[in-house]
Amino acid sequence: MKLPIYMDNHATTPMDPRVLEAMLPYFTEKFGNAASRNHSFGWEAEKAVDDARRQIAMLIHADPKEIIFTSGATESDNLALKGVVEMYREKGDHIITSVTEHRAILDTVKRLEKQGLKVTYLPVDKDGFVNPDDLNKAITDKTILISIMMANNEIGTINPVAEIGKIAKSKGVLFHCDATQGVGKIPVDVEAMGIDLMSFSAHKIYGPKGVGALYVRRKNPRVRLAPMMDGGGHERGMRSGTLPVPLIVGFGKACEICTQVMSEESQRLTKLQERLKEGILKNLDEVYLNGHPTKRLPNNLNLSFAYVEGESVLMGLKEIAVSSGSACTSATLEPSYVIRALGVGSDLAHSSIRFGLGRFNTAEEVDYVIKRVTETIQKLRAMSPLYEMAKEGVDLKTVQWARD
Amino acid sequence: MAYSNKVIEHYNNPRNMGSFPKDDKEVGTGIVGAPECGDVMKLQIKVESGRIVDAKFKTFGCGSAIASSSLATEWMKGKTLDEAEKIKNTEIVQELSLPPVKIHCSVLAEDAIKAAIADYRKKTEGNGSV
Ligand SMILES: Cc1ncc(COP(=O)(O)O)c(C=O)c1O
Repeated sequence: MKLPIYMDNHATTPMDPRVLEAMLPYFTEKFGNAASRNHSFGWEAEKAVDDARRQIAMLIHADPKEIIFTSGATESDNLALKGVVEMYREKGDHIITSVTEHRAILDTVKRLEKQGLKVTYLPVDKDGFVNPDDLNKAITDKTILISIMMANNEIGTINPVAEIGKIAKSKGVLFHCDATQGVGKIPVDVEAMGIDLMSFSAHKIYGPKGVGALYVRRKNPRVRLAPMMDGGGHERGMRSGTLPVPLIVGFGKACEICTQVMSEESQRLTKLQERLKEGILKNLDEVYLNGHPTKRLPNNLNLSFAYVEGESVLMGLKEIAVSSGSACTSATLEPSYVIRALGVGSDLAHSSIRFGLGRFNTAEEVDYVIKRVTETIQKLRAMSPLYEMAKEGVDLKTVQWARD
Repeated sequence: MAYSNKVIEHYNNPRNMGSFPKDDKEVGTGIVGAPECGDVMKLQIKVESGRIVDAKFKTFGCGSAIASSSLATEWMKGKTLDEAEKIKNTEIVQELSLPPVKIHCSVLAEDAIKAAIADYRKKTEGNGSV
């Protein structure tokens, strides 16, 4: 086993060596512009892009023509929201999203809100689910778009996407889904799930950074988008700019591998997730799971360790790359808005740790992480005045804290 | 975020971590911060003839908060109450090379020092022995 251990696969993933191998020729000898129509260099590049489009479409059960290449999920989210809001302005000025979306959605929506768009932010329940009934009630005749994520990047909760898609369809409202954490990890079928637009990214599925896609439905209904990038009219006019062929080839290969290995890989990761969770829970008391016990990404585990603060846990786990929902670095000392949205007290929100398992993690690494987490939490609890008070029987909720 | 070597050193080898019995008459206790803010510090001093002969801390918070309180106990030991009261958060910032986003940790440590001293003074008030 090699240190440090990488267990932050929601942030990004290492590239699969097979992906790199597929990409390499397209940096050097096969360097053509996929839009060059008059020579073999262009044709070669165009064929590589077509192949990748097929590999990507297959993973999500779409038509290859419905894949629009972007620089990543952030751009896909921006394009979907801004493109729909501009294109369908005549039809309405209201969209619906949820409070636990990624910043790429929430910050885009905030900008549009400043420009006059009306937005409903749906709450989530204690496990992080959007309630389809809430969605149903929020739709008005001015609603043009619903944007709800597939799986949450912090707590791994998988939303009832197919149900949301059905509601959207019955009300004639477009449904955009940020599936950045879902694609390649869980089965995704844009037809069965009633998705009209969908964002995802290569670097979350063992592909290269700097490329992603927006799925844009072509039939029932045909979705139109105002482009954010004007120019040569690439990607059906929705996203101009010369295609990064090597990245796209890598994205395609990454999707092809996911199609092949996903069911086996998700079983293996679910087992590792359980091993990690049970190992930690066996050693430590007052550890709480964030997100749903089973309807979660196979590779996600998010735990709150009562009486210790997340950043100090990360500091103790210096040879292990995981992430904390605590954002003690900000001036406001706000803990994760996702964990807060679950109704978790902010003391526990400050103590959440996200473990993101991936293709290259092993059971041996999981066992090492269990041991080091246990040691670190025990050390920090011995140092924690809150743990001491709780053990003395003080109810921390009734204490009058001296704030500045 | 990268921590300074001194913060890491205090985190790995905290000085004077622990507790004194709160009710002992020579002990002063200061608890500052709040769990929902992500920082709670408890500083305790043991005083003999107006001088701090021992100090202990327990902290819930980030590495910089732990280091600030650990350092505070080191600095308080051997000082008179009046001297200890003059410890400034800016000195802690400088000693630990805290970045701007972590200055609040040093402020909390200064508050905890003052609170512990105030608690001791309140306890001993009126019985003449300082
Ligand atoms: C749910 C979700 N949406 C969007 C993004 C942004 O993806 P990208 O880094 O490809 O722009 C991420 C990645 O952090 C994510 O997890």
